Amino acid sequence: MSLLLEDIHKRFGAVHANDGVTIEVDEGTLHGLLGENGAGKSTLMKVLSGFIDRDSGRVLLDGQELDLSSPKTAIRAGVGMLHQDPLVFLPLSVVDNFLMGSPGNRILNRAEGAAELRKISEPFGFNFDPEAPARTLTVGERQQLEIVRLLWLGAKVLILDEPTTGISEIQRVDLFATLRKLAAQGMIVIFVSHKLEEVEELCQRVTVMRQGQVIGETDLPTPAERLVEMMFGQVLAASDRPQVEHGEDALVLDDVTLKEGNLMVPDLSLSIAKSEVIGLAGLEGSGQRTFLGGCTGLVSASSGTINIAARDMTKRHYRDFMRHGVHYLPAGRLEEGLVEGLSITEHFILAGDDKSFFVDWDAASTVSKRNIEHFSIKGFHDSPAESLSGGNQQRLLLAMMPPGLKLLLMEHPTRGLDIESADWVWTQILARREEGTAIVFASADLDELLRYSDRILVFFNGRILKEVDARSTTGEQLGYLIGGKEPE
Amino acid sequence: MTSPTRAARWGATIAPIALAVVVAVVLLLLAGANPLESFKLMGEGAFSGWTKTGITLMAWVPLVLAAAGLIITFNAGLWNIGIEGQIILGGIAASWAAREVGGPGWVVVPTVIVVGALGGMLWALLAGVLKTRFKVNEIFGGLGLDFVAASLAVYLVIGPWSRQGVASTSGTDLFRDEALLPTVSENNKLSLVAIALAIAAVIFVFYLMKGTLFGLRLKAVGRNARSAFLLGIPTTRYMLGAFALCGLLAGIAGAMQAIGFHFKLIPAISGGYGFLGILVVLLAAFRAAWIAPIALFFVVMSRGSTQLDLRLSVDSALGGVITGILVLLVIMGGGWQLRRRLKREAPA
Repeated sequence: MSLLLEDIHKRFGAVHANDGVTIEVDEGTLHGLLGENGAGKSTLMKVLSGFIDRDSGRVLLDGQELDLSSPKTAIRAGVGMLHQDPLVFLPLSVVDNFLMGSPGNRILNRAEGAAELRKISEPFGFNFDPEAPARTLTVGERQQLEIVRLLWLGAKVLILDEPTTGISEIQRVDLFATLRKLAAQGMIVIFVSHKLEEVEELCQRVTVMRQGQVIGETDLPTPAERLVEMMFGQVLAASDRPQVEHGEDALVLDDVTLKEGNLMVPDLSLSIAKSEVIGLAGLEGSGQRTFLGGCTGLVSASSGTINIAARDMTKRHYRDFMRHGVHYLPAGRLEEGLVEGLSITEHFILAGDDKSFFVDWDAASTVSKRNIEHFSIKGFHDSPAESLSGGNQQRLLLAMMPPGLKLLLMEHPTRGLDIESADWVWTQILARREEGTAIVFASADLDELLRYSDRILVFFNGRILKEVDARSTTGEQLGYLIGGKEPE
Repeated sequence: MTSPTRAARWGATIAPIALAVVVAVVLLLLAGANPLESFKLMGEGAFSGWTKTGITLMAWVPLVLAAAGLIITFNAGLWNIGIEGQIILGGIAASWAAREVGGPGWVVVPTVIVVGALGGMLWALLAGVLKTRFKVNEIFGGLGLDFVAASLAVYLVIGPWSRQGVASTSGTDLFRDEALLPTVSENNKLSLVAIALAIAAVIFVFYLMKGTLFGLRLKAVGRNARSAFLLGIPTTRYMLGAFALCGLLAGIAGAMQAIGFHFKLIPAISGGYGFLGILVVLLAAFRAAWIAPIALFFVVMSRGSTQLDLRLSVDSALGGVITGILVLLVIMGGGWQLRRRLKREAPA
């Protein structure tokens, strides 16, 4: 038995999320699928498990083409998916959850279901109380329940999407043991992750994706730098850029601890000078976003002090940070920056400093037209924000920034942009730096981090693993650090 | 190149109205009435004679006021289902002032209207605080407050404010003449003050949404609260502001009902104009300029259909059925247009 994904294509608007992906996985293999966020892994797995329709391409199991038009037909064809958040109905009992996806409209037979549940669970050493509400299970146990359920439904291919995100170390070890057992029984297990270490530990073979395409496939173990290079691409030497004199401190964090949801970023102490550019590296969700939130007042520090340009800003509100020259550009341009349905002109009014009660539309559209030309935004003054391309949305967001900033914080400033737009974005950012603005940006692009940063903070598991000088660091070293390892 | 899309747009606007007429005709035929005669009777029911016209226009006033208020909350992204309660509270507060405040009409009437407006505003802010501080969805909070307000009205009518010696749900004693809106003539309810207030409300909301920074910021909050917040807009304050303004207008609507239509407090003081206002605003696609004519159409349908009952013994609920179907069809037309547009924009 072998699974073959053949030339899968999937587009979302202008984004080619899967661009001719072909992967073959043999029976009894633990196969890793590795790639940064946005590489197209999740899309591919959603296609495979019937959650989204592919635009073209075929999926064959044992030479038979599969009908994957819905999750229901996918599981009937033997493809089951364990989602990042297990699909468990918390108020229902374990056995009801187990029976939830059972085919047909038969009347539920709970006693039979409980027996089946026990029978399938036993070899794995899982122990469920069928009548207990699913709410009482830990996330790890919910995953176990979900795996057992998929097996009962006849899954021959099991997909796990970032399964270790919400579980403890002990649960992770148990999960890996289960997966090894399943593979030993001849199952195909596809393990999707952006965590290098876990793939190295668990899988026998790995496919690396980047920008919607398969970059390479290799047996494991293999040197980590090879995987890093495949994940992030060949890193060019840092270009020499003009040295700018760093001034006094723009941002000082003293022993700051930030908490957001269940992510804790403890003991931050550092200072960033005027005109300094700081890159934040790390896998998605390692604490960079929380860090940026802390520097803008969006995430309140549970201890420690924050100073912006020698002013104590601890526990102050986001709008106070804004008033004191802090500006934040999150990654989601249409989600956390622009407002769908409002025009370019309306955005300039909202971002502008004219707070008079009546809007002078003539003056506003004059300003807007001037900005559109000055920032070469491809759009008209009355174009709604969502009609602009990603690059032009970013241009608009940069054009909306007030002058004289002390600190500019950005998340993935050039993600999804073509080279011309990306260069233009950095020209704008570096012009700010010349004015004395301190720049902090998070990025998944090693090239961008090394090229534009003075210093790079590498985040791993909610901590700053290491601070490095961008000039004396190679892409390979940075890749190691991002994976949580100190380079030799 | 633009012609097919323009045709489609017109089609999507006219088709539901045409369909609603067809449905109305079918329903009338099923009820055994002559459709043409029925439509004529409905028009007559609303407009034959000054007195009837006066009543129709005085029913139009609270509906327009409520719809104008709802334009504000809808633009802020809020489903202010609590508007019924806000109208009732406006009516109750106005009734209190009408009963308690003494003096000549030019003192009492403005006071009554202001007190009514404050009552509606207070009730709306309650729903707003529940939403912004206690994370109670405004639909559920509003619905709950609607019931509380309705019960309060019943309690007052049969309890503390009941007529001397009678405890009846038919209402309180009539208010003193000084507390009533001045009318155009003895036996006509029409009050130019009420009409002027309704028109002023439409103009106010139109300019608020179109020409002010407040309106623009409110739209930003309604369309994407996260982006609005990051742009530095105090989103909570703006939501509360939208609730307050809507409640204010709803409160005036309640006051108009009390001192311009029923001349006393009755349990059903809101007349259902809050919920009806939601339909008006949906049909107007949240544009202030459209609410006056649409509200008039709704009022004609509901007042006119009582005539059907009297003359053709067709149940007067038919008017409500027709307006309801029209709104459904228009919303479906909007959804159909959106689907078509998304399909066109999707890459091949």
